[in-house]
Amino acid sequence: MSDPLSALPGARYAGLATIEESGLQGMITLRGDLSSKTLQKAVKAATGADVPSQRQIAVATGGAAAWMSPDELLLLVPYDEVEQTTSTLAEALSGEHALAVNVSDARALFSLSGAGAREVLGKICPVDFDPAAFAPGDFRRTRMAQVAAAFWLDEAETFHIVCFRSVSQYVFNLLKTSAHPQSRVGVYG
Amino acid sequence: MLILECPYCGVKAEETELHAGGEAHLKRFGPGSSDDEFHDYLFMRENPKGVHFERWRHVTGCGKWFHAARCTMTLEVFGTYTAQTSAPPQEIRDAITAKRPGWSWREFE
Ligand SMILES: [Zn+2]
Repeated sequence: MSDPLSALPGARYAGLATIEESGLQGMITLRGDLSSKTLQKAVKAATGADVPSQRQIAVATGGAAAWMSPDELLLLVPYDEVEQTTSTLAEALSGEHALAVNVSDARALFSLSGAGAREVLGKICPVDFDPAAFAPGDFRRTRMAQVAAAFWLDEAETFHIVCFRSVSQYVFNLLKTSAHPQSRVGVYG
Repeated sequence: MLILECPYCGVKAEETELHAGGEAHLKRFGPGSSDDEFHDYLFMRENPKGVHFERWRHVTGCGKWFHAARCTMTLEVFGTYTAQTSAPPQEIRDAITAKRPGWSWREFE
């Protein structure tokens, strides 16, 4: 076995906000009927979290479940358990019209923290980042300049940004540009 | 800038997060149809100044296709609705009638 590497190991930049590549993260794409009791039980068993409501992320101790669309969740689990969890999940869902796929190595994960975080994202996403409009626990899929991305905000006001691994360098450069110390706008205080 | 509310995820998405999918409620004419029917299905489109129905996809959001009713002249949006229908729902028609009495579009009014 080769050693798995995340997209941009150790990448970090501090400007208006601090951007850090988050390392390896287990991610499972789950599609199915989110109202199904069987699916809800399987999600709970895999992540410790309940099925989140629309545009929310449900965070538990060992994992999390994020709302991607009316029939899709993104499950976050520890990287070294993701293969086992994916097969357990698939087994629990046999007979359901559902699909679970391990997408960990197809994705990159960044964190964005600090006072300027809302503004840094606000410059590159068509999303309202006013604290009244985007609060901790909110999850959003959108466009980050020219590429698709998704993110959520945690209780510590840190954004966690998921993108495709193939565009991780683009997203990191984009965030760096947006966080340039001399580019402060001050819209979000 | 056009802003459409995605009926699947509730996001008020601006145009750059969406992909335009052309005219709504086309009836497909395939094998067994006449040449004229197939020609019209392929090429003939409405080009109204006013009420129009379109397909849109929330492409960088939830990924779902949906329908939108809007005015091509003022960019006013009358409403968005599910893709799982072959005709505009009554509440959308009512919303248009409230703003544009006497409107019609193809066989709908
Ligand atoms: Zn949507």
